[in-house]
Amino acid sequence: MRRIAGLSLVVLAVAGVLWADSTLSINGAGATFPYPMYSKWFDEYHKKNANIAINYQSIGSGGGIKQVTEGTVDFGATDGPMNDEQLKAYQDKHGFGILHFPTVLGADVPAYNIPGVTAELNFTQDAIAGIFLGKITKWNDPAIADPNKGVALPSNDIVVVHRSEGSGTTYIWTDYLSKVSDEWKTKVGKGASVNWPVGLGAKGNEAVAGTIKNTPNAFGYVELIYAIQNNMPYGRVRNSAGAFIKADLASVTAAAAGAAKNMPDDFRVSITDAPGKTAFPIASFTWLLIPQKFSDPAKRDAIKGFVKWMLADGQNYTEALSYAKLPKEVVAKETKALNNIQ
Amino acid sequence: MATTTTTVPGAGPVAGSRSFLSRLREGDEIARMITFLFAASVVLVTVLLVFELWQGSALARHKFGFNFFLTSVWDPIFEQFGALPFIYGTLVTAAVSLLIAVPLGIGAAIFLAELAPARVSDTLEFFIDLLAAVPSVIYGVLGIFIVVPLMRQYVQPALKHSFGFLPLFQGPVYGIGFLTAGIVLAIMVIPYIISVSREVLLSVPREQREAALSLGATRWESTWKVVVPFARAGIFGSIFLALARALGETMAVTMVIGNTPKISASLLSPGYSIAAVIANEFTEATGELHTQSLIELGLVLFLLTFILNGLARLLIVATSQRGSGMGHV
Repeated sequence: MRRIAGLSLVVLAVAGVLWADSTLSINGAGATFPYPMYSKWFDEYHKKNANIAINYQSIGSGGGIKQVTEGTVDFGATDGPMNDEQLKAYQDKHGFGILHFPTVLGADVPAYNIPGVTAELNFTQDAIAGIFLGKITKWNDPAIADPNKGVALPSNDIVVVHRSEGSGTTYIWTDYLSKVSDEWKTKVGKGASVNWPVGLGAKGNEAVAGTIKNTPNAFGYVELIYAIQNNMPYGRVRNSAGAFIKADLASVTAAAAGAAKNMPDDFRVSITDAPGKTAFPIASFTWLLIPQKFSDPAKRDAIKGFVKWMLADGQNYTEALSYAKLPKEVVAKETKALNNIQ
Repeated sequence: MATTTTTVPGAGPVAGSRSFLSRLREGDEIARMITFLFAASVVLVTVLLVFELWQGSALARHKFGFNFFLTSVWDPIFEQFGALPFIYGTLVTAAVSLLIAVPLGIGAAIFLAELAPARVSDTLEFFIDLLAAVPSVIYGVLGIFIVVPLMRQYVQPALKHSFGFLPLFQGPVYGIGFLTAGIVLAIMVIPYIISVSREVLLSVPREQREAALSLGATRWESTWKVVVPFARAGIFGSIFLALARALGETMAVTMVIGNTPKISASLLSPGYSIAAVIANEFTEATGELHTQSLIELGLVLFLLTFILNGLARLLIVATSQRGSGMGHV
């Protein structure tokens, strides 16, 4: 027994040395929302470049920002862009900056469970904000009923359901609400976790979906991918052009295209309530956070190589996993921005 | 728990009479030092834990001071943090769970140890151990899909109908909330109470039972008046183990409690617990004050456990002094 243990230790040690010799391993951490996409990408990239292994820990956006700032990982990932304070903290600690690279797009959709109602409902900005502020409390409130003529809405109390844990999904939702409602902006604000005026908290998309499904008269939000993969019914949302849009991969990419024209150089842009007739208004990029300077040129080249591949071939894998592609303009701009990594 | 003593009478003087070197040679001294290190590591880990929690929450402690315990706004955006709703939720759910689990658990343990045939007792013990080993997330899923719908459709409307005049059972019926969390916790801790209490009851010396029976006591009288009081300290131990588990349980609670930081007298309304909010918000907490407030909540949970455990020990001491020869169980 002891001999076997000793032998396997030796084998492990030798394997470790050989492994370390032949493979460059790069570590990243952060957002959970794009994790299925990232693990697919890193896997495919490793198949094509056997000498590069990218490890990704989906510990959450906050954790990703923290770890990359601490320098414990080579790159981070986040669903909400770093704020100025965090960027400054990074600059102060390292002496150089950190760059945002959008990878894919996600969206939130409003889901509901009203007994007797199977129609696809239309929601205005005021209706969604009013429900989440606790001002609209009944399903037959005119703010909800007016854009849904012909649907018999009950006079039941609305049960609001939201995510309980900090999440990028919540960030997108509250970012949207802050844009369409001044009251939300001043009273609640946007963030991965907020002080909700009303509602029940459920942990994870699954639990939010489960709570909505199980609770009559519930209303909440889930990620588009989750709604598509689980065939959940969800409503249309009125966009800034006044059209009621159903979320799908095309309308999410359209939101990004609408915003792409005014894309700032650091890519820190919110595309909720985006312009464009076909744009779905509750969408967002998700970003990789890559330091501007690397002490190890091999690592730098590997990460740049990956991002280049991700922007080109990598985008072909997105729709199979229900993520929306980046618009062409954004891809072109990012490819240029890669030169800023030294 | 509280009843085990580690000193073996007589070992000390004998060991002391031999020279250090000979003891070293014979291995006694080495064994003593190694096991001492192991024992000391427990203390070390506890001290380090408190130190880390204390250090990590410095900013939040200075900013909010004692108000942290007294305010009930939890707002990560405007950086206002108060722990009261979480403390309340933790205590209420733990209390509900013990109210349900203690009578059921001890009753079952008495049956298994005293009244059931040995084969039945051993078979059931196997299932109880199995239940104790089920991961808490499984209980959470069962909670969401089975307990919550049952509570919403049958239990809570019935409670509201019959006891709606009490503030405990008022407000809208969601299915989730303090009561549901307490019930799921009770299901989780009952195996601990049964398993430990059964062992303790089985270890009560036979002479105790025989003496009671020979004095003319019935089987139940001997169980209830002699065996159970004799095992009282151990049974309390099982309850404290259950309490500790209930206070710290995270996954199952967060899945059924509603995660709403509000204080409400009604057991039907949604609430929040300390462990649940830490698990929910820690990974995505980007603000320094937010992170530190969550760490301070960890400190609060530690203190809460510490205080309740201290009270528990006092309770044991108080009852054993009055009791009949149980100090040395």
